[in-house]
Amino acid sequence: MATIASALSRPTSLNGVWSWITTVDHKRIGILYGVTAFIFFLIGGLEAMLMRLQLARPEQSLVGPDEFNQLFTMHGTTMIFLAIMPLSAAFFNYLVPLMIGARDVAFPRLNAFSYWVFLAGGIMLNLSWLGGAPNSGWFGYAPLTSSAFSVGNGVDWWVLSLQVLGIASLASAFNFIVTILNMRAPGMSLFRMPVFIWMTLITAFLLIFAFPVITVALVELMFDRNFGTNFFVASAGGDPILWQHLFWIFGHPEVYILILPAMGIVSEILPTFSRKPLFGYPFIVFSGIVIGFMGWAVWSHHMFTVGLGPIANAAFTITTMAIAVPTGVKIFNWIGTMWGGSIQLKTPMLFAIGFLFLFIIGGLSGVMHSISPSDAQQQDTYFVVAHLHYVLFGGSIMGILGGIYYWFPKFSGRLMSEGLGKAHFWATFIGMNAAFFPMHFLGMDGMPRRIFTYESGMGWDLWNFVSSVGAIFLGISMLLFVYNAVRSWRKGELAGDDPWDARTLEWSMPSPPPIHNFDEIPIVRGRDAWWHQKRRRAVTAPVAGGSGESDGAHESIHLPSPSYMPLLAAIGISLAAYGVVLSYYLTAFGMFMTVASLYGWYMEPITASSEDEKH
Amino acid sequence: MVSRLFRLRVLALATLVSFAAFIGAACTPDHPQSTFDSMGPVAQRQEDLFVLIFIAALIVFLIVGGFLLFTVLKFRNRAGTPRQTHGNTRLEVILTIIPAIVLIIVAVPTISALFYIADPPSGEAVMDINVTGKQWFWNFEYPDAGVTTSNELHIPVGENIRATLRSDDVIHSFWIPKLAGKVDVIPTRANDMWFKADEVGVYWGQCAEFCGIAHAHMRFQVVVETQADFDAWVAKQAEPAAEPSSELAQRGHDLVTARGCIGCHTIDGIPGAVGTIGPNLTHVGSRTRIASGILERTPENVAAWLRDPQEAKPGNDMPNLNLSEDDISALVAYLDGLK
Repeated sequence: MATIASALSRPTSLNGVWSWITTVDHKRIGILYGVTAFIFFLIGGLEAMLMRLQLARPEQSLVGPDEFNQLFTMHGTTMIFLAIMPLSAAFFNYLVPLMIGARDVAFPRLNAFSYWVFLAGGIMLNLSWLGGAPNSGWFGYAPLTSSAFSVGNGVDWWVLSLQVLGIASLASAFNFIVTILNMRAPGMSLFRMPVFIWMTLITAFLLIFAFPVITVALVELMFDRNFGTNFFVASAGGDPILWQHLFWIFGHPEVYILILPAMGIVSEILPTFSRKPLFGYPFIVFSGIVIGFMGWAVWSHHMFTVGLGPIANAAFTITTMAIAVPTGVKIFNWIGTMWGGSIQLKTPMLFAIGFLFLFIIGGLSGVMHSISPSDAQQQDTYFVVAHLHYVLFGGSIMGILGGIYYWFPKFSGRLMSEGLGKAHFWATFIGMNAAFFPMHFLGMDGMPRRIFTYESGMGWDLWNFVSSVGAIFLGISMLLFVYNAVRSWRKGELAGDDPWDARTLEWSMPSPPPIHNFDEIPIVRGRDAWWHQKRRRAVTAPVAGGSGESDGAHESIHLPSPSYMPLLAAIGISLAAYGVVLSYYLTAFGMFMTVASLYGWYMEPITASSEDEKH
Repeated sequence: MVSRLFRLRVLALATLVSFAAFIGAACTPDHPQSTFDSMGPVAQRQEDLFVLIFIAALIVFLIVGGFLLFTVLKFRNRAGTPRQTHGNTRLEVILTIIPAIVLIIVAVPTISALFYIADPPSGEAVMDINVTGKQWFWNFEYPDAGVTTSNELHIPVGENIRATLRSDDVIHSFWIPKLAGKVDVIPTRANDMWFKADEVGVYWGQCAEFCGIAHAHMRFQVVVETQADFDAWVAKQAEPAAEPSSELAQRGHDLVTARGCIGCHTIDGIPGAVGTIGPNLTHVGSRTRIASGILERTPENVAAWLRDPQEAKPGNDMPNLNLSEDDISALVAYLDGLK
C-alpha cells in the first residue's frame, strides 16, 4: 500500500490546472465550489425555463409528459443538492477560517475530498439525461419509485447520486463543526463569533443529523429496486408512508439547511451597510438555534393530506405555527439593525433588503400553509410552488447573490460594477415576482403541481403566461450577473483590503488573502473585532500566532501540502456508485480504489517538505 | 424630500395595485377549480379559514413590510457614524410575544375546523362511496346500490357523502376544489373524507398527487343532482349494458370481444367483459366526457381516441389496436348506445 503513496510523487505546484486539482487550500476549494455550483444553478434554471415555456400556454407540446416529469425532478434535485447547498458550502469554505482567524479548516484534505465527491455526484446525476433522467419528483414518493412503476435507470441514478452527494455533505459538515469549535482565534468566544459562523455551525449540525435519515431511506429504496426487498412496495405489504416520514424528517431540516446560511450572510451585510452592529445578536443566535431544533418537529406538515388523522394534524399544525415565532424574531432584529443606521444602498445591501422583503412574503405564505384544514385546498397546488420559491429563491438565492457581491472584492481583489449590479438586482427582483407571484393565483384557482399541460378554459391561461414571461426574464437577468462577475474578475476596479468599511476579521487582510491567511493570528476582544480595531487600535492587538513568527517570516508558516488522494478517493466512490447500475465488478474496483486512496491519504505526511521525508 | 415622498407614494400605489390584483384574481368563481367558490360546507369552512388567515397575513405584511421600507428610506445615506446600539431586551421580548399571541388566536378556529372536516356531523345520514384511484382514472363504487362507474361521480344534492379512498397502484389525491380539499389515495390504506354539495351542478375534480406520466390527465367530474334524478341514475346504472340498436352497433358489440377490449374493460352483460385495467364501459354512453374527463364524448373524439389512444393522453395503458376506419365507426356506434 505504501507504494501508492510513493508511486505518486507529491504535487507541489501552486499554479496551473494541477495546482487546482490537488489543492487543499480552503479559499481555492471555496472558489471551486462556487463556480461549479453556479454552473449547476444555471443548468437547473434552464430546466425551469423549459418547463415555463411548456406551460406558457394551454395544451402545448414543446416537451412531452415524460420529459416534463424528468425536468421537474431534475430541476428540484439540482437546485437543492447541486446549487443552493454547495453555493452555501462555497461561502463556508472561503469565509469560515478567515472570519474566525484561522489559517485553514481543521481537515484540509477532507475539505478537498468533499468538493470532489460533490462534483462526482453532480456529474453522475446529470449524466442520467443520456439514458432517461429520474422522473419521480425530487421527493421520490413510493411506490412510484419502485421498479414496477419506474422502469429504466433514472431513479437508480437519482438514488446513487444522492448517496454520493450525502457523503460530501457529511464530510464537509464534520469538518466545519471541528473547525469552528477548535480553531477560533484567541479571544473569539462562541458569543463573539460573527452570526454567519453561528449559522454555519447550526447548518452543519443539521446536516449530520438529517443526512443519515435520507441515507437509510435511499439504501432501502436501492435494495427494493436492485435486490427485491419490499420496504416500500405496497403490493407486497411494504409501507409507502414510511418513505414519506423518512424523507420529510430529512426534508424539513433540509429546508433550514438551505435558508440558514443565507440568513447568516444577510446578518453580515446588514450591519456593514447600516454602519451599526447587528441588533439583538443573542436573540438572532438563539432564534437560529431554536429553528434548528424545531425544524425536527414539523416534518408531517408536508403530509397534511396523507390521512394521519386530526390529532396528528393538529400537533403538526401547532409546531409549524410556532416555528414562525423565532423566524419573526430574526426579521424584527434585521430591521432593528437598519433602524438608526446610515444605510448605504450598495448592491449587496439591495439584495439583503430584497431578501427581507421576499422572505416576509414567503414566511407568511408558510404560516398560511401551516393551517392544515385550509391547506387541504393548497397542498400540491401552485400555491405551494409560489411559497417555496419565495423562500428558496427570494430567501436563499437572494441572500447568496448578495453574499457574492459583498465578498467578491475579498475573493478577487476587485469590485464588481455597481451599475450592472443594481441593474441585476432590479431585473432579478422584478423577474422573480413576475415569475412566482402569479403562482399564488394559479394555486387558489385549483391548478395542481407537476402537470405538464392544462386545458384552456380553466382560468389559468393569463397567470401562466405572466409567470412564464417572468421566468424567462429572470433567467436572462442572470446573464447580467455572469457578465459582471467575469468582467470584474479580470478588470474590475481594485478593491483594497476593506472597501465597505466592514466589521469582521476577513476584511483586515489583503484582497485576495495570502495563502496562509493571517500573518499573525489576531487576538479578539469583542464582536465586530475589525470595526473596533480600526477605530480604537487598543481593542485588538495582533500578537504572535501559531508559529510565532514576526513580520516577513511567514515562509515558515506550517501549511498542508497539496494532495492527489482526496480526488482519487472521490473517483473511487463514484465508480463504486456507477457500478451498482453498470456492473458489480466496477463497484468492487471503485471500493478498492477508495480504500487504497484512503490508505495513501493516511500514509502521506500532511506537509511534504524534504525535511519531513527524512523524519 | 419631494422625491422621497414621491417614491413612497409610488410604492404605496404599487402595493395597493398588487393587492387589488391579488384579491381580484382570488375571486374568480367562474373558474372550474376555483377554491373561492365553495359549494358545500367542507369547502366553505376551508375557504372561510383561508380568508381569515389571509387577512391576518396581509395585515402583518403591510405592517412589517411597510416598516422595512420606511426604515430603508428614512435612514438612507444618513450622515455621520450611527450610535453603535446592540439591542433592546424589552423590545425583543415584546416582539416575540406579539406574534405568539397572534398565532394562538389563529390556532383556535384552525383546530376547530380541523375536527369539523375530519368526520361528517354525527347523527346525520351519510351515503358511502368507494373511490379507487388508478393510473390514470377513477372508479366509483356505490356499495349500497351495487353500482360501479368510472370518472363521473353522481351524488344527490344536500346529502353527506363519505368517500373511502383506495389505490391499486401508486399514490393519488382525490380533490374536488368546490366541494372539499384533497385527501390522498394511498395503496395499503383506506382514507376517509366527507363532503356535501349544496347546489345542483357539475363540479370538476383532479388528481393532485403526482402519479406518473398521465398525472395531468387524471381528472373527473362530480354531477350533483336532485334525489329523484340521482335515484333514476342509480336505477339505470344497475341495468346491464344496452343491446345494440343497429347493424353497425351490433358489429361494434362483436368487435369488443373479438379485438380483446374486454380484457381491460368491464361491460356488464357481455360474457367475459370483466377487465379492470381500464374504466368500466357499461354505461359509457351516458357520460359527458371520456378519458377521465379530458375529452368531450363526441363521436369524433371517441373515434380519434380509438384511432390513437396515445395522442390525447400520452402514456396511458391503452394500446393502439390499429383499428380500421370501419371498425372504429362500428365501435363508436356501439359505445354511444351504452346509455
